[in-house]
Amino acid sequence: MSISVQLKVNGKSVTLDCPSNTTLVDLIRERLELTGTHVGCDTSQCGACTVHLNGRAVKSCTILAAQCEGAQVTTIEGLGDTDNLHPMQEAFRECHGLQCGFCTPGMIMSAVDLVHREPAINEQVIREGLEGNICRCTGYHNIVLAVESAAKKMRN
Amino acid sequence: MVEQSIGKSVLRKEDLRFITGNGRYTGDIDLRGQTYGYFVRSPYAHAVVGEVDTSEAQSMPGVVAVLTGKQVAEDELGGLPCGWMIHSKDGSEMKQPLHPVMAATKVNYAGEPVALVVADSFDEAKNAAEYVSVDYEELPAVVSTAAAQSGPDIYAEAPGNTCYQWELGEKAATDAAIEGAAHVTRYSLTNNRLIPNALEPRAAIADFNRGTEELTLYTTSQNPHLARLILTAFVQIAPEHKLRIIAPDVGGGFGSKIFVYSEETALAWASMKLGVAIKWTAERSESFLADAHGRDHVSEAELAMDEEGNFLALRVKTTANMGAYLSTFASAVPTYLYGTLLAGQYKTPYIYVEVDSVFTNTAPVDAYRGAGRPEATFLVERIVDLAAKELGVDPAELRRKNMIQPADFPYQTPVALEYDIGDYEASLNKALEMADYAGFANRKADSEANGKLRGIGLSCYIEACGLAPSALAGALGAGVGLWESGEVRVNPTGSVTVLTGTHSHGQGHETTFAQLVASRFGISVDDVEVVHGDTGKMDFGLGTYGSRSLSVGGSALSVAADKVVEKGRKIAAHLLEGDVDNIDFEDGEFRLKESNRSKTFQEIAFAAYVPHDYPIEELEPGLAEKAFYDPVNFTYPAGTHICEVEIDPETGVTEITKFTAVDDFGTIINPMIVEGQVHGGVAQGIGQAMFEQCVYDESGQLQTGSFMDYCMPRADDLPNFTVGMTTTVCTHNPVGAKGCGEAGAIGSPPAIINAITDAVGVRDISMPATPEKIWRAIQEQRA
Repeated sequence: MSISVQLKVNGKSVTLDCPSNTTLVDLIRERLELTGTHVGCDTSQCGACTVHLNGRAVKSCTILAAQCEGAQVTTIEGLGDTDNLHPMQEAFRECHGLQCGFCTPGMIMSAVDLVHREPAINEQVIREGLEGNICRCTGYHNIVLAVESAAKKMRN
Repeated sequence: MVEQSIGKSVLRKEDLRFITGNGRYTGDIDLRGQTYGYFVRSPYAHAVVGEVDTSEAQSMPGVVAVLTGKQVAEDELGGLPCGWMIHSKDGSEMKQPLHPVMAATKVNYAGEPVALVVADSFDEAKNAAEYVSVDYEELPAVVSTAAAQSGPDIYAEAPGNTCYQWELGEKAATDAAIEGAAHVTRYSLTNNRLIPNALEPRAAIADFNRGTEELTLYTTSQNPHLARLILTAFVQIAPEHKLRIIAPDVGGGFGSKIFVYSEETALAWASMKLGVAIKWTAERSESFLADAHGRDHVSEAELAMDEEGNFLALRVKTTANMGAYLSTFASAVPTYLYGTLLAGQYKTPYIYVEVDSVFTNTAPVDAYRGAGRPEATFLVERIVDLAAKELGVDPAELRRKNMIQPADFPYQTPVALEYDIGDYEASLNKALEMADYAGFANRKADSEANGKLRGIGLSCYIEACGLAPSALAGALGAGVGLWESGEVRVNPTGSVTVLTGTHSHGQGHETTFAQLVASRFGISVDDVEVVHGDTGKMDFGLGTYGSRSLSVGGSALSVAADKVVEKGRKIAAHLLEGDVDNIDFEDGEFRLKESNRSKTFQEIAFAAYVPHDYPIEELEPGLAEKAFYDPVNFTYPAGTHICEVEIDPETGVTEITKFTAVDDFGTIINPMIVEGQVHGGVAQGIGQAMFEQCVYDESGQLQTGSFMDYCMPRADDLPNFTVGMTTTVCTHNPVGAKGCGEAGAIGSPPAIINAITDAVGVRDISMPATPEKIWRAIQEQRA
């Protein structure tokens, strides 16, 4: 069965016909060709596919496109670009918070939401808040530093 | 003058694309008209394959073709080879049963591919795969490593499921030393089986062009040239000059993307057969089932000492699980990457090790971060700790007493390696200081006052990296040379393109190698571009594993850069009207001695490509040089890791309160990147020691087949890391580097188990030391 979905992705209005079982991540990657959002598992555990849906971080592999009717979606491409980096993107680079880069877009999207939602950011809050995003490269040490540093900039 | 960048934490050149979603991984690539592949996999660990009926699947919507293992056999494709021949102690060659591209007559592990469905979309391929009907006759499965040799034979040509029975060292002398020793410490251990789980699942696109007969394979590989060589020379998919392999951005490897697997190979074959491009992206459950796993040893060890605690001899018997087939490097891991490291940092005069490698009905087991060296280090550093406890001496002091001293180098171990340089006591001392070892007793008292248990554990590791001197590797059974190639292309304007046969999948080579070359030429890091991962761009290369990229690949670049400077001096001598012996090159300028005349690096580059005033009769135009660097020895990174834990005895939950790693990696180009490698390695070591365990049930079904069942370390499971360095410069490569990628995963597990057993007051807790196991140990201790 095909459905029609209308939503805003990175500020741009999009209307698409897609099979009813299309997930949000398939819509983003396969239909809109925004390949910054990655798929690292099939059980909603790794968080590589994290995007913002109406301002909150969600795992886009677990959301149907049909559930996003009228929604605002932000992906890593919409967070900031090379000439105008979001403080979280900048902090990941400055703190060496990434190695292979595969988990990074999802990690950054989760971290931005965490800073928006948590009144006090400290190491424990960051570690618990990023529990749903797996990174196999960094050991998280520098990711924690990056989020702490970005949180300061985002709040100034 | 441009600031020298070696030793500086230059921010990574590759990051901008990754943080903005502009990375280009294999799964991000789509080709016009591509189809999608989905594999039909065996649900049984061990079964005879009968009729494979594809007719219903063939008629499903969107299906282009269904290809089976039987067709692979009909097309007479070669098997997937193991690149390292090991000889048993009786001189016989290891058993290497055919590792088919897809199974035709028998399946030997759950998840083994038997058919490939090709369809217009991924969903159509996956749906149709459900309709491929395979008749299986299930056979009893061999699963346990320890019991494999007494199980039913999986292969007629490998009686007792034994691949080889290898030995190293002097048996008689070792036996005699143990016989007469004042004290012998004995230890039985299991090194747990792990699943690598790079976050990017394996993926590939095979694209055959019928007009040009060229096959392009985009794939998640740590060594695209090696993959091309194997697919050409052994599997005989396509001629080497018609096969191009591109490994674009790769999302982590940790060894698991070294190997040439069934899926990528089947895809290449199918693309040629069908004349269409086919894309396959593994689902995570496929990664669990069919990526090569790691570790999986069962060992017995005995360490003999005299009255003073001087080590006299070490005797080890290990059974290593190879899984169902010999993967690309598998046979070398529990032998030359393991037995040779059993001397550790110590002057143990006699060592003898026997390794039986066995086949089981489980996924193939091969190199995973550290590969053999974590197994050796775990054994040595646990038994040394147990010895210290038995003798009632400080574990740090027993280690110190037996350490190889700086004056002893070069040091020939009894297990074939010659260590070139190191200062093990320096790392030990620095680690003890950084970990505040002296203050541990007070902290333990504080913990006890709060009803908690506290323990501290050390590990003094060594590894052999920088694989490898080709002649030595060849003598030991390697099927390829292990040099590395590099090319330094100076462009006419003086910017530089660097090509390397190594591959970066998180290690930051695009930055480190740029620093190395930029510093040699006195130019900005921004003016150097590092290119890797495409057999169409660089001549050849052996890829990235065994912490070899900087020590071997970087050395090739260093030699190539020196050649560029030499040619530049000749050009400068002509332009400055001087003798070449009087031309110095420093800070990006060629200067004529005892004159104020000079030419910049950029001016020389321009002159080389616009040779209007040029010694054209003596010198070719252009300024690009290649080098193939073959190391003369391994490199020997070493260091001390110290773990301190606090345990809640009511729950067994363990907190790592401090983890200190002090490492000697030789010359460091970018400290930020090196520290990041240590963090990641230690995190994987903590994963092995406390969280991760691959479990098969008795019938060979994988019980830990998802991130819900296999415990990956997450942010709230890990501590911050305290990282320090000591330095002895590698004596035999021009960079002076030893390699840093694996040290964390090698050094950390024994430190953690030493700390946990110290806290609980028991002899042993097996890895992974989960809260349940720790809680049970505490209860038994109290009973």
